[in-house]
Amino acid sequence: MTRYAEKDTAITGIGMSEVSRGATKSALALTVDACLEAIADAGLTRAEIDGIATWPGERADGSGFSAVGCAAVQDALRLKLGWYAGGGEAPGQYGAVFNAIGAIAAGLCRNVLIFRTMYEATARKTAFANALLKEGQRQAGPFAWYAPYYTYAAALQQALFFNLYVHKSGITLEQVAQIPINQRRNAGLNPKAVYRTPITLADYLAAPLIATPLRLFDCDVPCDGAVAIIVSRLDVARGLRNPPVRIEAIGSSMQYRNSWTQLDALDTQAQPKVAEMMWSRTDLKPADVDIAQLYDGFTFHTLNWLENFGFCERYGAKDFIEGGTRIALEGDLPVNTGGGALSAGRLHAYGAVHEACTQLWGRGGERQVKGGPQVCATSTAGGPLAGAMLLVRD
Amino acid sequence: MHTPKPPARIPPAVDMDSQPYWTGGKDGQLLIHRCADCAYFVHPPVPFCPACEGRNVAPVPVSGRGRVATFTINHKQWVPGLPVPYVLALVELEEQADVRLVGNITHCDPAEVTFGMAVEVWFEQLDDLWVPLFRPVERL
Ligand SMILES: [Zn+2]
Repeated sequence: MTRYAEKDTAITGIGMSEVSRGATKSALALTVDACLEAIADAGLTRAEIDGIATWPGERADGSGFSAVGCAAVQDALRLKLGWYAGGGEAPGQYGAVFNAIGAIAAGLCRNVLIFRTMYEATARKTAFANALLKEGQRQAGPFAWYAPYYTYAAALQQALFFNLYVHKSGITLEQVAQIPINQRRNAGLNPKAVYRTPITLADYLAAPLIATPLRLFDCDVPCDGAVAIIVSRLDVARGLRNPPVRIEAIGSSMQYRNSWTQLDALDTQAQPKVAEMMWSRTDLKPADVDIAQLYDGFTFHTLNWLENFGFCERYGAKDFIEGGTRIALEGDLPVNTGGGALSAGRLHAYGAVHEACTQLWGRGGERQVKGGPQVCATSTAGGPLAGAMLLVRD
Repeated sequence: MHTPKPPARIPPAVDMDSQPYWTGGKDGQLLIHRCADCAYFVHPPVPFCPACEGRNVAPVPVSGRGRVATFTINHKQWVPGLPVPYVLALVELEEQADVRLVGNITHCDPAEVTFGMAVEVWFEQLDDLWVPLFRPVERL
């Protein structure tokens, strides 16, 4: 029988820098804070870190999207590594984790430091940093097809997908609003969240319309911050400080056309096959999941993941989130318990992993889900990118 | 008060495969790569047919008609002078629905755009390129 390599790995430590709308220190300094915290949390020393990974690797384009890469962290911490990798062509942001699983299985390393650094809040103070388009410059790559059509931000492509989803599912604005309202309530109990003041349905409806049907509170919040996690070989993990958070199963497939225009199913995006792959690698079922940290670059992604993970039927998310009780901290399936990227800050799926471990280790403080959650489903990304992980407390 | 100039469209980087798509409009033609062996349209263009593995794939003029697969009405003024609202859409080509073309829907009120709406191509020159845009098909 196939032994899936992820089952021999676990998350053993987590770290998070200050998270803000304008940092008091450099992107590298934030990263060092997160990394040192994660290493110490695992009960390890710098000398025991023998692998490093990040997604999408350093992009020195001034956008703050990924201001720090492996080389800068390796040198800052003077790490001595058996393996390293940073790159964007992967199953979404969790590609770095999936790469680390492979490297551990290959015997290249035992304790991998994985980090993600965002510096978009500071970048936007000086430039229109989220522009997909730069004046006076011909647009190459997959976004060339969008270039001449005033497609200034990822929000527009997501709005194309979201609008079709609304059209097909019949979801109402009032129902969609439950996602950001729930997450802001959770963020109010998270001292590190960027925005903590509750929002109401009236606030959601009154917020600016970006591109139909996307409104301001459907979009995540650019921030400055870094997250680090340690992924260790399971036998090593069992000798460390925290109960291992085992990586029970992953979904990393590319079964659909990997395209921002020709994606097979515009309204479900790349997620269904990725979720299917994750469930095929475990005996656990959606009903076994205690909490979910679902990608929320836009509210639409969270709705999509609820359906694609099988927590509800296709186009059933509208009923699942109706009134917000089922996804609340006290509900059947608490979702994005720390406020998520919509309220806690756009830490780009690594805020979600950090929160998953926080909850599974019972460190959630005021926002801790009752009953000692053991199983968390996590997911990342939208459009043609998707990755999924099922995390289980050992 | 000074009104900022509307921003220019940003040209795509063009290579040997995509050049016909972005320049066919000079002769009023929308050019899409098609396999000469099995007639499958290959878009984005590449000289390989994923349907029959044929290598005889070349641009041919198509009807320029299609249907709105999905769209969004953009309201945010991303840069100074950007006229809003405007419609961004993915259009399914009449000849083959899995060829999806990006474009703005013009010549109508954004509020009139609907899913499945019949549209036809027109072209706007941008430097050495002709950008395909779409407008509602005239009702007869
Ligand atoms: Zn063919």
